[in-house]
Amino acid sequence: MSHSTTTEFTPSGQIQLGVFFQGVNSGTVWKTAESGSQTDFESFRRIAQTAERGLFAAFFLGEGLRLREHLGRPHALDVAGRPDAQTALAALAAVTTNIGLVATQNTTYNDPADLAHRLSTLDLLSGGRAAWNIVTTDNAWTGANFRRGGYLDHADRYTHAEAFVETAKRIWDAWDDAAIAASASSARWSAEGAVRRVRHTGRHYSVDVTPRLPRSAQYRPVLFQAGDSPEGRDFAARQADVIFSAHPQLEDALDFRRDIVERTLRAGRGANDVKIMPASEFILAATPQEALEKKAWVRSLQIGPQQAIAYLEQFWGRELQGYDPDGPLPEIDPVVEETSETRGSGFHGAKARQLADQWRAEAKEKGLSIRQFVSAKTSRGDSTFTGSYTEVADRLAEYARTGAVDGFNISPWLIPTGLDDIVNHLVPELQERGVYPTQYAGGTLRENLGLATPVRTDAAVEASPVTA
Amino acid sequence: MSTLPPNDQPRGRGLLLLELDGAGSHPAAWRASRTVPGAVLSPDHLRGAVLAAESAGFHAATLSDPGLPDSALPGQPGPDDTARLNALQRAAFAGPVTRSLALIPEADTVYTEPFHIATQLASLDYVSGGRAGWLVAASPSAADAAAVGRDTVRGAGLSREAADSIEVSRRLWDSWEDDAVIRDVSTGRYLDVDKLHYIDVDNGNYSVKGPSIIPRPLQGQLPVLAPAGLLTPEAVAAGAADALLVSAPAPELLAAELAETRAHLAAGGSEPALIAELDVVLDSRGQAAADRLAALNGHTAWESPRARFVGTAAELTELLTEVLAWADGVRLHPAVLDTDLEELSRLVLPELRRRGLLAPTTPDATFREQLGLARPASRYAAASTPAGAAGSTSPTAAVAEN
Repeated sequence: MSHSTTTEFTPSGQIQLGVFFQGVNSGTVWKTAESGSQTDFESFRRIAQTAERGLFAAFFLGEGLRLREHLGRPHALDVAGRPDAQTALAALAAVTTNIGLVATQNTTYNDPADLAHRLSTLDLLSGGRAAWNIVTTDNAWTGANFRRGGYLDHADRYTHAEAFVETAKRIWDAWDDAAIAASASSARWSAEGAVRRVRHTGRHYSVDVTPRLPRSAQYRPVLFQAGDSPEGRDFAARQADVIFSAHPQLEDALDFRRDIVERTLRAGRGANDVKIMPASEFILAATPQEALEKKAWVRSLQIGPQQAIAYLEQFWGRELQGYDPDGPLPEIDPVVEETSETRGSGFHGAKARQLADQWRAEAKEKGLSIRQFVSAKTSRGDSTFTGSYTEVADRLAEYARTGAVDGFNISPWLIPTGLDDIVNHLVPELQERGVYPTQYAGGTLRENLGLATPVRTDAAVEASPVTA
Repeated sequence: MSTLPPNDQPRGRGLLLLELDGAGSHPAAWRASRTVPGAVLSPDHLRGAVLAAESAGFHAATLSDPGLPDSALPGQPGPDDTARLNALQRAAFAGPVTRSLALIPEADTVYTEPFHIATQLASLDYVSGGRAGWLVAASPSAADAAAVGRDTVRGAGLSREAADSIEVSRRLWDSWEDDAVIRDVSTGRYLDVDKLHYIDVDNGNYSVKGPSIIPRPLQGQLPVLAPAGLLTPEAVAAGAADALLVSAPAPELLAAELAETRAHLAAGGSEPALIAELDVVLDSRGQAAADRLAALNGHTAWESPRARFVGTAAELTELLTEVLAWADGVRLHPAVLDTDLEELSRLVLPELRRRGLLAPTTPDATFREQLGLARPASRYAAASTPAGAAGSTSPTAAVAEN
């Protein structure tokens, strides 16, 4: 619950930028001479420092706790393998000064006391720049890497996640202000009674801990969340500071904003309390024509002939190597009932056969080959900003004016130079239009995102019933 | 100190490790520290501490992560219970700040997820340019168990959890062969999936499928350090640890303890490096070490299983000269970090170096290189050698490595 209870949403007239160093999918181009290492620390340093030069609010790292598979073996065609998010971010904390450091971390295969402690550590070591992108998973396939295995039902995942997050918040709330001795002559390191014990007993886990760390310069880590289902949106409206959304198109983004504002108000929070930053990809050049040519080139590198066939194989559940990537979609039917885009990151509800019929019809109508069809499907076409610097800056200014979003979370398609043109050319254009910061607002992520300081939960929370 | 000279050529490697947690190793260190109490949690303090250790010529820093205190009154920290940052993340922060210092966080094996620990340590190796190690711990703390809602593990269970977690890490670190990332544009393959391996560990306690989610660490395998006695002789003989931390009740007993440990290990067929453990309180700025210790103990007694040296820098230099003949290295636990590190770097390390007893510190050297360990091939690379091609790979071994 926030102390801000504004009921009218007010656009800030500004946008922010974040960078999502995502690594493991077809979005990252690895086939050119400029494609750098996905694991060397220098790649991370370069991207983070470039982003900071461009006054980006946040640097995101993703997480997947099991290596992607394709037809029962590790997926070979896309970038794979990345460091643990918090370990990499702790190192980046040492070589950056203002940018927020966002770690995607799973609620299902972590313990609340341990994860809250590690996020506190990152928050303190970065001087109040840490954030947690909350993700849930229920599948036993990921659980095969963990002590508990796949213990959680799909239907329970948000209940479980919410109890987890509330426990984490209580851990971050446990220390009083000024709990720590002011000098070496104090009687105790922490003042008597200044640290509260946190206990939670639930169906999926129990916690009994006296937290070991005080609050940071930004009180506690900022919370990001990406769920898009009604349940996920309500979860975010109750718990999150920022939604990492999937709605970058202007009209869609405005609808999403309205929906989130309603849900946020229903949750008893202020209309401006939850920020929205959609995932996006920027393909920029000096002229519109050059940008379009660049986009075609990027797409050809993202979805090669092998990726196109493999993409369909995931939905068909069978090998399709005999099909020509430049020919029509396979006439044979899928062998699986349910489809899975990337095993481990969620099942799609549509029945595979129905989906295949639909896709064949769509490709035929538009006259698309397998490769063209897959390229269109995977291009995140609706999340791509392609154009000249001035053109894209004008479009972004419109988002700032309408308040459709608070910023964009950019996935660079090239590592480690993928932000250079954005920082060198787009950011100055945005600044000229008065819609982008010209300096960091402060030293903490909370300040730079314009978020209010949380109000400490009162002791009553400890006695409230818990469900997971 | 034993008067017996080493009866065979000592194989000391001349390594000095410094424990640099918080304000110092003494529980009441914050009372004598020149650092403001809360400032030990700041990035500036950590940066300063690792740079001071590196510039003093230490080869490695350990970052302890003791379990939650089992206090008599749960929820009431004792007068000298201080806040603590996660050790692995402190080590990661230190990675880009340092050039030659090996970074060895302590990480628990009992109440942590082995898959996360393996991934975090592999990531530490990347952010430190191959200077990472792992100080294995097995928390005996009931408070640690309660924090994650597990039953308290005791006795032989601790040893088993430690060995199991090490085994998972070592297999996950090998689960990507070195050349698994091929970036073959002609076939569109980023990975050669034949060089990725499911580890399929099932130790009866839990199972881990693999492969890792990060490529093989820069060092291939991170050096693993364990307190002597934590792992069973069988686990040590099987190569679970690359170095053992050896403690004795008093400084003069260290040489005998080291010799005895070495003899036992040799009988078992393994020879991990031996690191002697030593608490240190030095005379400083006109204050006698014994007086400094007495003042600190007046607040909270320093209970430690390690030998303790209390005296002058010159006496410590003599002690270390002897111990370094028997041990591959010594880990020093300064009572108060800023005070004792100042004396160590001003008076002790320069003299040891002048005597030729210390290994050089080499920018960008890996921790394995410091320990004299070769970079091992992945066990799975060896196992997948076609039968008969290498001669030594038996079908049984290949199945066991799966």
